[in-house]
Amino acid sequence: MKEIVVLSGKGGTGKTVILASFASLAHKAVIADCDVDAPNLHLLLRPEVKERGKFSSSKVAVIDGRLCNGCKECLAACRFGAITTVGNSSLRKVAIDNDACEGCGVCMRVCPSDAVRLVERESGEWFVSSTRFGPMVHALLAPGGENSGKLVALVKQKAKLIANKSGARLVLVDGPPGLSCPAISSAAGADLLVLVAEPTVSGLSDFTRIADLCNHMKAEALLIVNRWDINAGISETIEKEGARRAVRCIGRIPYDDAIPESVANAMTPMEWSKGHSRTLIADIWKKIEDRI
Amino acid sequence: MARISIASGKGGTGKTLVATNLAAVAGDAHLVDLDVEEPNCHLFFTCEEQSREVVNRKVPFIIKEKCTSCGNCAKVCEFHAIVSLPKDILVFDELCHGCGACSRFCPEEAIEERDHPIGELVRARVDGLRGLTYGRLKIGEASATALVRRVKKEISEDGLTVIDCPPGTACPAVESMRDSDLCVLVTEPTPFGLHDLKLALAVTAKLRLPHVVLVNKKGLPGPDIKGFCTDKKIPLIGELPFERSIAELYSKGGLLVSSPKHEQTFRSVLKNLLEEVERL
Repeated sequence: MKEIVVLSGKGGTGKTVILASFASLAHKAVIADCDVDAPNLHLLLRPEVKERGKFSSSKVAVIDGRLCNGCKECLAACRFGAITTVGNSSLRKVAIDNDACEGCGVCMRVCPSDAVRLVERESGEWFVSSTRFGPMVHALLAPGGENSGKLVALVKQKAKLIANKSGARLVLVDGPPGLSCPAISSAAGADLLVLVAEPTVSGLSDFTRIADLCNHMKAEALLIVNRWDINAGISETIEKEGARRAVRCIGRIPYDDAIPESVANAMTPMEWSKGHSRTLIADIWKKIEDRI
Repeated sequence: MARISIASGKGGTGKTLVATNLAAVAGDAHLVDLDVEEPNCHLFFTCEEQSREVVNRKVPFIIKEKCTSCGNCAKVCEFHAIVSLPKDILVFDELCHGCGACSRFCPEEAIEERDHPIGELVRARVDGLRGLTYGRLKIGEASATALVRRVKKEISEDGLTVIDCPPGTACPAVESMRDSDLCVLVTEPTPFGLHDLKLALAVTAKLRLPHVVLVNKKGLPGPDIKGFCTDKKIPLIGELPFERSIAELYSKGGLLVSSPKHEQTFRSVLKNLLEEVERL
């Protein structure tokens, strides 16, 4: 079983549309959406949820106001500015800012009155679903949720489990933008990364950074330049920068009105009746299959 | 005076486009790029770099001579960044949140906190701006939030500050939006744009952050964002059309406000935003 992950660095370059197209072309693949804080793949694949579960991977401090003696040891010890004082009297008590708290437990351990506890914080939900192209694992991080990298790892692990059980040949992963924990977690252990870039000054900068990350992780990566014709000069620079980092370009997709049209109709470009992208994406997929 | 953050949920909706052009049209804004994973604002200006400093976070370093392998550090670490073996202690820097529990509670004082570089902070002088400040995360570094927090310290209370946020709704995005006076949610009229706008609205609700919506790429086929905003009583602060000429200009690193037509649009968006801040 092989795992292919689509990443981009920059958001909005077309990861999800391209991954959904791959899903429609692959036979017997398990699909995973690892963009857990702003997932979109389900809008094209319209999954039917079969199983779901809560995700909690971090903790948050809770202060019992009745036990707090107002000494503020915790306030001095907290490195995240998550403890604030409440009330105006000389005996001011403290409160936790849930958003700033990272659940390290230092406050709990320094409290002389045992007024602090750590409790599990629910930070998302995962889903196992069926789609017209095969089983799909996806998730949704709670707003401002911590540990998105762990939720990504959970989604990938479930997808691989399903693939192993069902004898699926491929796991296709839609990755998040950026290059911090969720992107690193998405790329970890993948057999092949597919980087989708767009030819803008931002796109060029973001592509070189995600390609550097691939090299840093010693992961094999291929490049697709989407909306190639918006700036042919920058497209060529992206291809050159890719080649310098051993990231070979396997496809150029010029801007295609049919793509937003297909998305507006909750379909992949492969299922849409028009557009030049269909044959290009099919050619790209053939190259990926050959590589795998 | 005012701290305006530009956020979105979905990536690629035009946050940087809006942040750079708003800052440029304001004349004396401090532009702060908190998308430290992929900072891009500086690409749209001629920057004269004034300073660049390495930003570190603290990670534990075990002083072997003092360590008795008692395992207390591993026990108090909620992030499993320290593993205690019978005769050795292993530290996983990438899992460390820098809370200091391990060193604080080490009975032998055998843990020292040492600097671990996570990225850099750049301050630049730019014609037409009060300044441009951005962070750049080191490749392979997992956590962006600490760097976001450090760059935010560069924001002064005086004058107008325009903040470019990272996409998404996870911790770095939330930390970037937090503490602003007004948040502009940039979206596009596609199913993805509307879906992620709703997720971003959950964040502004959680932070109790005043917010407005700006639609970019108006004309793409898809849902009616204007109607959605009317229903939800969210001010729609402006609309930018979906035009190939805009995409081509942006691709080259050009500012839209270099054309009188778009300059007018951004002037009116800025005026609306400042009035909105005034009313709050």
